Amino acid sequence: MDAGSRSAPAPHAPAADATDGRHGMAALPLRFVLLLLALGVIFVVSFAVGRYPVAPGTALAILASQVVPLTPTWDGNTETVVLGIRLPRILAALLVGAALSVAGAAYQGLFRNPMVSPGILGVSAGAGFGAALAILFGYGMVGIQLMAFVWGLAAVATTWAIGAAIARRGDPVLVMVLAGIVVGTLFTAFVSLVKFAADPLDTLPAITFWLMGSLASIDMPDLAAAALPIVLGIAALMAMGWTLNVLCFGDEEARALGLETGRVRLLVIVCATLVTAAAVAISGIIGLVGLVVPHLARMLVGPDHRVLIPVSTVMGGGFLLAVDDFARSLFAVEIPLGIVTAIVGAPFFLYLLRHSRRGWN
Amino acid sequence: MLEIHHLHCGYGHRAVLADIGFTLREGELLCLLGPNGVGKTTLFKTILGLIPRQGGQILIDGEDVAHWPRPRLARWIGYVPQAHTPPFPFRVRDVVAMGRIAHHGLFASPGAQDRRIADAALDALGIAALGSACYTEISGGERQLVLIARALAQQPHILVMDEPTSNLDYGNQLKVLAHVRRVAVEHELAVILTTHHPDHALMYATRALVLDRDKRHAIGEPEAVITESYLRDTYGVATEIHAITRRDGRRSHLCVPAVG
Repeated sequence: MDAGSRSAPAPHAPAADATDGRHGMAALPLRFVLLLLALGVIFVVSFAVGRYPVAPGTALAILASQVVPLTPTWDGNTETVVLGIRLPRILAALLVGAALSVAGAAYQGLFRNPMVSPGILGVSAGAGFGAALAILFGYGMVGIQLMAFVWGLAAVATTWAIGAAIARRGDPVLVMVLAGIVVGTLFTAFVSLVKFAADPLDTLPAITFWLMGSLASIDMPDLAAAALPIVLGIAALMAMGWTLNVLCFGDEEARALGLETGRVRLLVIVCATLVTAAAVAISGIIGLVGLVVPHLARMLVGPDHRVLIPVSTVMGGGFLLAVDDFARSLFAVEIPLGIVTAIVGAPFFLYLLRHSRRGWN
Repeated sequence: MLEIHHLHCGYGHRAVLADIGFTLREGELLCLLGPNGVGKTTLFKTILGLIPRQGGQILIDGEDVAHWPRPRLARWIGYVPQAHTPPFPFRVRDVVAMGRIAHHGLFASPGAQDRRIADAALDALGIAALGSACYTEISGGERQLVLIARALAQQPHILVMDEPTSNLDYGNQLKVLAHVRRVAVEHELAVILTTHHPDHALMYATRALVLDRDKRHAIGEPEAVITESYLRDTYGVATEIHAITRRDGRRSHLCVPAVG
């Protein structure tokens, strides 16, 4: 390759921009608008999914009637189903899907590894332990959520402390990931311990069911409580998109470029942990979303986190909403969401790996 | 501009280099020569503040950099690491614009001014045509030039380059070095680079810092410190260093391996 001045047109000449729409600047806004449209369609259709039939138009009218005065052409049952049951669940799916996907995208950049998921530092295992403990103690719904949230944070804090203590020398990022795996395994063992101690007739099934992940029992107050940390965390990670790009080049290079990487890493981890812990607290453990969606997003819009994080937000919300629609409509009995995401996500992910190397190599 | 006094460096409690001292002015190109494992990279990392120093002083414009915040240091010293592949395929133009983060900060992204500076850096190295290519898909030589452009976009006064010619073919080695010398003069940069080729130091450097097996160092004009005895004692090979006259009349030194 000619490394010096080039006179002949090169294979990567600027003209390639016009033909290469995948990352071309003009194509990106269009892609984002199309994604938002797709999300809107999934959103409206989701109101029609379920055993109680509701026409999408009726659902939209009921939603609109909350803002503008409309003469009801629907009965009270329909309104209850739309506003009381399906709306919170749909919003929860959007919120949780967006949260897990953004945390996954941020961690994949931070740890420079496309195989990393939001639970890498132990937040899911910690939250699972907190929830299991709360169920064992007979706490109510709010208690379970709070315990899950707090123990999720505690697990990541433990990982951080271990990482910081060991990483005097060597790669701080690698040490952090390894510490996360150890802490995750430890908390998984604690969960087993709680299960072992639980009453096999009622407490044990409740714990097991919680760990499978579900959006079935979420109401508006739960949603409002979880929305605050999730929205704040996602907003902060969006603002740090460019910094995440720089971090992809490794700790030393990022420092030489002028980043205080220790502080930046802590900030990213705090944001991603708040977001994931809040999501897991209301939904239980839902795997693969945080791994698959960032890949999908990267294949669609490239690796620039300024674009990747917003696109992951939209795609994550849409993906989990669609999967949740399947979870509650596929069979007569609702299947826990965590199981469906894994069953849908795994072959989907393998398909992506097989058919597209774009986005990472 | 850069003064280093009695610098001791190493990892943790293990000392690698002791009592290094030199000063560097703008427009100078200092070549660092020494066998593998002698501590060249350690010295660079210490100067860049990536590992803590074990003693001595590093002064920029007369001020010790020990407690400088990262962005301030990055506005003074640019680092060109050995080219490697990041996990994600960023655009070349974006990679170069990353050199601007010390100027625009953590929660911002490059603005129009930063983009102009990045494009000018690509231009300065003659790789403007690569702007929209994927950094992961270009050749090793091009990647090395992109990393130099990124360091230029940082607008530092000092450039530290870790073996910029390793992994490059013969032509790219010479082109990269010619570019480096030209930007050092044009941008009034002080450049420190490591190389394994005595000829690179003899032909391109204004001064050379040579390290021998026992980690003793000497600094001076390249032809004064890169001697036949230094090369024999350090690398265990017999060479002859010849003064030659080029066709344009300039004098130069070349290292020729002894045959047999």
